[in-house]
Amino acid sequence: MWDYTDKVLDHFRNPRNVGKIAHPDGVGTVGSLACGDALTLMFKLGADGRIIEAKFQTFGCASAIASSSILTEMVIGKTLEEAEKITNKQIADALGGLPDQKMHCSVMGREALEAAIHNRRTGETAMRHLDERIVCTCFGVSENEILRIIRENVLTSVEDVTNFCKAGGGCGMCRNEIQKLVEGVVAERTQKQAAPAEAPRKLTNLQKIKLIEEIITREIRPALQRDHGDVELVDISGDRVTIAFRGMCAGCHASETTRHTLIEAKLRECVAPEITVVEEGKS
Amino acid sequence: MNPLVYLDNNATTCVAPEVRDAMLPFLNDLWGNPSSMHAFGGRVMRHVEEARDKIAALIHADPSEIIFTSCGTESNNAAIYGVAEILGPGAKLITSRVEHPAVLGPCRHFREHGYTVVELPVDGVGQVDLAALREALLGGHSLVSLMWANNETGTIFPIAEIAALVKSVGGIFHTDAVQAVGKLPIDVSRIPLDLLSLSGHKIHAPKGIGALYVRRGTRLKTYMIGGHQENGRRGGTENVPYIVGLGKAAELAVASRAEETTRVGALRDRLEAGLLATCPDARVNGDTRNRLPNTLNISFEFIEGEAILYHMSDLGICASSGSACSSGSLEPSHVIRAMGVPFTAVHGSIRFSLSRYTTAADIDTVLERLPGIVTKLRAMSPFVK
Repeated sequence: MWDYTDKVLDHFRNPRNVGKIAHPDGVGTVGSLACGDALTLMFKLGADGRIIEAKFQTFGCASAIASSSILTEMVIGKTLEEAEKITNKQIADALGGLPDQKMHCSVMGREALEAAIHNRRTGETAMRHLDERIVCTCFGVSENEILRIIRENVLTSVEDVTNFCKAGGGCGMCRNEIQKLVEGVVAERTQKQAAPAEAPRKLTNLQKIKLIEEIITREIRPALQRDHGDVELVDISGDRVTIAFRGMCAGCHASETTRHTLIEAKLRECVAPEITVVEEGKS
Repeated sequence: MNPLVYLDNNATTCVAPEVRDAMLPFLNDLWGNPSSMHAFGGRVMRHVEEARDKIAALIHADPSEIIFTSCGTESNNAAIYGVAEILGPGAKLITSRVEHPAVLGPCRHFREHGYTVVELPVDGVGQVDLAALREALLGGHSLVSLMWANNETGTIFPIAEIAALVKSVGGIFHTDAVQAVGKLPIDVSRIPLDLLSLSGHKIHAPKGIGALYVRRGTRLKTYMIGGHQENGRRGGTENVPYIVGLGKAAELAVASRAEETTRVGALRDRLEAGLLATCPDARVNGDTRNRLPNTLNISFEFIEGEAILYHMSDLGICASSGSACSSGSLEPSHVIRAMGVPFTAVHGSIRFSLSRYTTAADIDTVLERLPGIVTKLRAMSPFVK
């Protein structure tokens, strides 16, 4: 069996907001019977422009049902501008995580939400532009979708891409092409890192703390979480940043390397070259 | 807690208490090496040979034609590797699209080493295309590996006819009988097959033991190279407790085979009729006229198999599915796809497989609870209007 979290199982067993809305303000459908999962998401807006009702219908496995269910809870109360910022990672995180091979369920949720918002704004039912180039013909995944998923989730391999959007998981003919897309984005990423940081040289203490927090959340934690580890910011005193490893990182024999080559290097590059990173309890 | 309703016996079976009891002495006092030149070790050899006799009796073979292996997968690998190496590159390996990965995998491996591999198509009920087999057999020396009965659908291939066909052109015939042994009468003295694979844990022995039948005179290159065990045909110190367990399981299978076809078959038929009567848009996958008596593969349209399995599991019901999500891959079962099952039904296929330990109450539980699960999932499916 899959290693589903209790939250996934709860939303699978007791899905919230199942069904249809009589006169919805937006409807989005993604997936198909042939692909093995599909989701129709609809919402209704209140007078204040916020989503007051969201309903879903899903054909799919336990994690597809759970992802759809939690997504409806996440969007209710949000404006369309707020809702469209929801990423697939946030959906997965809200469920306490999904098995790697099931991440595509969270992507399906995000896609359905986008399609529904697009439908509200344009009246169109399909998101995809006809001139978009399809890379994976088995599951109908376009180059743009693959690039976006690689960027948003900091993916580094073809298997990752397959787990997140199914591309490459059918006949396998497109795997070389996906490899090239992955390599392209990875090169993009390293170039960005090599470029001099645009951070202002003189930061106020408050700015520095905020920037350090942001870098850890955006750049460092996702990388560690992908290996089931995590890091917490404990204290910042001048240029001395104290952290604590969590999950698989705690007690990992490579954590010293992680501290030095990942966290410290990143903070020096993006915040200030004087920064030193120490692990809580070690000097 | 719901009581366990175990209907996944094509995946694995419970160890029969008699089998467990027969094994225990060999985990306690009788732990010697059967090859040893002392009475303490040597005395366990007799028990290994008795087990061999019992397995031979189950399929009407000569005991010298039985090689113990670690599992069905090893038996299949040993047969295909062993014959392919003798035939040499350029030879033809003929199999079918619905074989177990332990047969398809080794055949595809040899495709990369100069062999021609033919994967025969099947029809809508999963029956192999015999005309395509006849055509594939033309010209060249071949190894044919076709399963006796399919693990997912229970469809039984006409093995006697296939064996005769293969032998009429001088080919070598291997059958993966892992699902057939114990459930169907098997008599290798009447069917001219050369090699047959069987597995312990499908017939109430533990996991980790199997056997390969090799007809006397069949040339076979040794797959597991090591000591002189099994007359040099399979190196490795004999797994004595498990071999004894497999022997006991074979003995029990002989005694209970009639029950498999009558009582178990009747339970399966009741399950099938009941589900078809209570669940609309359901279809049976497989050859209902030539099918293992214990197997039912049924598709519920517009819903997905993993979701059905998880809901059943909450009620203590164990079965399996050919859906993509439950396989860990993104593609649904290769067997269901090869049969051309309509795509509305591919992802909602559920396999129930019974055993002689299945009770009428087990079947009642499924008939009572499954229709509600199907209704619940259909109510949230965007494809049900």
